[in-house]
Amino acid sequence: MIKVEWLYWLVGLVFVVMAVQMAADRTNPKRWTSAAFWGLLGLTFPYGTGVAAVEPGTAAWRLPAEPLGVAVLALIVLAGFNFLGKGVPVTTTAEQREASAVRLGSKIFIPALTIPFVAIVCASVLDESGLFETGKATLLGLGLGCVVALVVGMLVTGEKKVSVPLHSGRSMLEAMGSALLLPQLLAVLGSIFALAGVGTQVGEIVNTLLPENSKYLAVIAYCVGMFLFTVIVGNAFAAFPVMTAAIGWPVLIEQMNGNAPAVLAIGMLAGFCGTLCTPMAANFNIVPATLLELKDQYGPIKAQIPTALALLVCCTVIMALFAF
Amino acid sequence: MIVLLGVVVVILGFVTRRNPALVVGVAGIVTGLLGKMDPLEVLAAFGRSFADSRSVTVFAIVLPVIGLLERYGLREQARRLIGRLGKLSAGRFLAVYLLVRQITAAFGLNNIGGPAQTVRPLVAPMAEAAAERKLNASLTGRLREKVRSYASSSDTVGLFFGEDCFIAIGSILLITGFVNSTYGQEIEPTELALWAVPLAVCAFVIHGARLLLLDRQLEREMALASAEHDLPLPKGADK
Repeated sequence: MIKVEWLYWLVGLVFVVMAVQMAADRTNPKRWTSAAFWGLLGLTFPYGTGVAAVEPGTAAWRLPAEPLGVAVLALIVLAGFNFLGKGVPVTTTAEQREASAVRLGSKIFIPALTIPFVAIVCASVLDESGLFETGKATLLGLGLGCVVALVVGMLVTGEKKVSVPLHSGRSMLEAMGSALLLPQLLAVLGSIFALAGVGTQVGEIVNTLLPENSKYLAVIAYCVGMFLFTVIVGNAFAAFPVMTAAIGWPVLIEQMNGNAPAVLAIGMLAGFCGTLCTPMAANFNIVPATLLELKDQYGPIKAQIPTALALLVCCTVIMALFAF
Repeated sequence: MIVLLGVVVVILGFVTRRNPALVVGVAGIVTGLLGKMDPLEVLAAFGRSFADSRSVTVFAIVLPVIGLLERYGLREQARRLIGRLGKLSAGRFLAVYLLVRQITAAFGLNNIGGPAQTVRPLVAPMAEAAAERKLNASLTGRLREKVRSYASSSDTVGLFFGEDCFIAIGSILLITGFVNSTYGQEIEPTELALWAVPLAVCAFVIHGARLLLLDRQLEREMALASAEHDLPLPKGADK
C-alpha cells in the first residue's frame, strides 16, 4: 500500500535538493539564508511523520512536537525579515521559447494535462483498489501525476537532463518565495485559533446575534462574513480559518448537519468574491491597473464589483439550498 | 473574550501590510499565550499543526514539471492560441478568454495567464483593437481605460472561479489541511473541488453576460462622446 507519508518524504527531498542547488548559486545575494529556509522546510516533512496525528498503535516512530514548532518559528523569521533571495535563472531566451512553441505546438499541453488526468484516475478508479492509503487517493494521485507528467514532459520536449526541470522548478520556487508557505502557515494559525478557543468565542457572539436554529441567517452570516473579512484583510485564506472556526464548523456543520465539503468549498468562494472587491488584494487588483497604465487604479475593481456581488448571492443561495 | 485579540492582530497585520508570515507567527503566539497555553505548549501546537497540514504545501511538487514546460514555450503556445481569437468583438473576445482562463485554471494551469503574462501583452491590446475595429473609431481615454479594466477583470474572475475546481490548488488544500487537522476529519480534495463547479458556471454566465454588454455600452458611449464633442459620427454607427 502506498502511504501518504512517502509523498511527504518525496516533497521534502525535492525541497532539500533545491536548497542545495540554491546554496551553490552565487548569483543569489542571499543564497545561504534562502538555502536554510528551503532546506529546513524540506526537513520538516520527514520529521513531521513522527509528529502528525495517526491512529494509535500505527505510528512507526514518535517524535516531540516542540522542536518542529521551533523550526516553524525559524521559517517564519527567515521569511518575515526578508532573508529569501533569488538567483538569476538559467533559462531559454524568448526567441528559443517562441521557436519551441512553434515546433511542439499544442503537444506542450499534454504533460500539463497528465497531472489532473492521473490524479482523477487515482481518485476514482484506483481508490477502491487498496493501492493507496485510505482517504489519501487524491493527494497521492497528484504526487504520482507529477512524476508521470515529468517523464511525459521530458519525452515530449526531448529534454534529457533531470537537472533541467529541477532547476526551472527552483526558479519558480524562488520567485514565489514565502508566499508558497503562506497557506500552510494560515492552516497552522487556524488550528491554534481553534485550540485557544477563538472559534468558540466568535461563535458565542454570533449565537447571541443569530436567532436559534435559523439556518438561512447562519448561511448568510458565514458567506457575508467571509466576504467582509476578506475585503478587510485582502486575503480569503486568512479569513477562512477564523470564520470557519466561528460559524462554518460549529453552527453550519455540527449544529445544523450541513454537508461539510459543500459548506467549506462555497464559503471559501464567498471569500474570493471579497478578494475581487478589495484594494487590499493588491497583486490581483492594483498591480494589473499599474501594468495596464490606468489612470484610475480602481478600474479593475469597478469592473469586478457587480460580478462579485452577484456571485456572493449565488454562493449564499447554493449553500442554503444544497448543503443541508 | 481576550483570545479574540489574536484576530485583531491578524486584521491589523494584514491591513497595515506587514509581512504575512510574521503576522501569522505573532498572531499564533499571542493567541496561544492568551488562551492559557504555556510557551512549550504553544511551540508544540505550532509543530503539531504544521505536521498535520503538510498536505497544503504538496502542490510545490508540480513546479518542476511546469518549469520545464515553460522553458519549452508553454506560455508562448498559450499566447499563440489566444492570438487566433483576433476576429471577435471586444466583449466576445473577453468572454472567450474568461472561459479559457477558467478551464485552464481548473486543470491546474493557473500560471499560464495573469496580468503580466497575458493581460498586458496580449488580452488588453487585442480587446482594444477589437473594440476600435467594431466602432471604426479610436477609443476615448475613458473608454480605453474601461476596456483595459474589463480585460483585467476577465483574467482575475476566470482564475478565481476556475482554480478551485482543481484539487491541488492552495485554497482547496488549505481547507482540507485546516479541517482535517483541527477537527480530525477525512475530507478529500475532490469532494471540495466538485462544489466549486456550479459556482464556476455561475461566474462564467454572470461575468460573460457583463462582457457581452460591454460591446453595447461602448457603442452607446462612443456615440454620446462624439455627439458631445460635435465630432463626426463614427462610420457604421446608425445614430
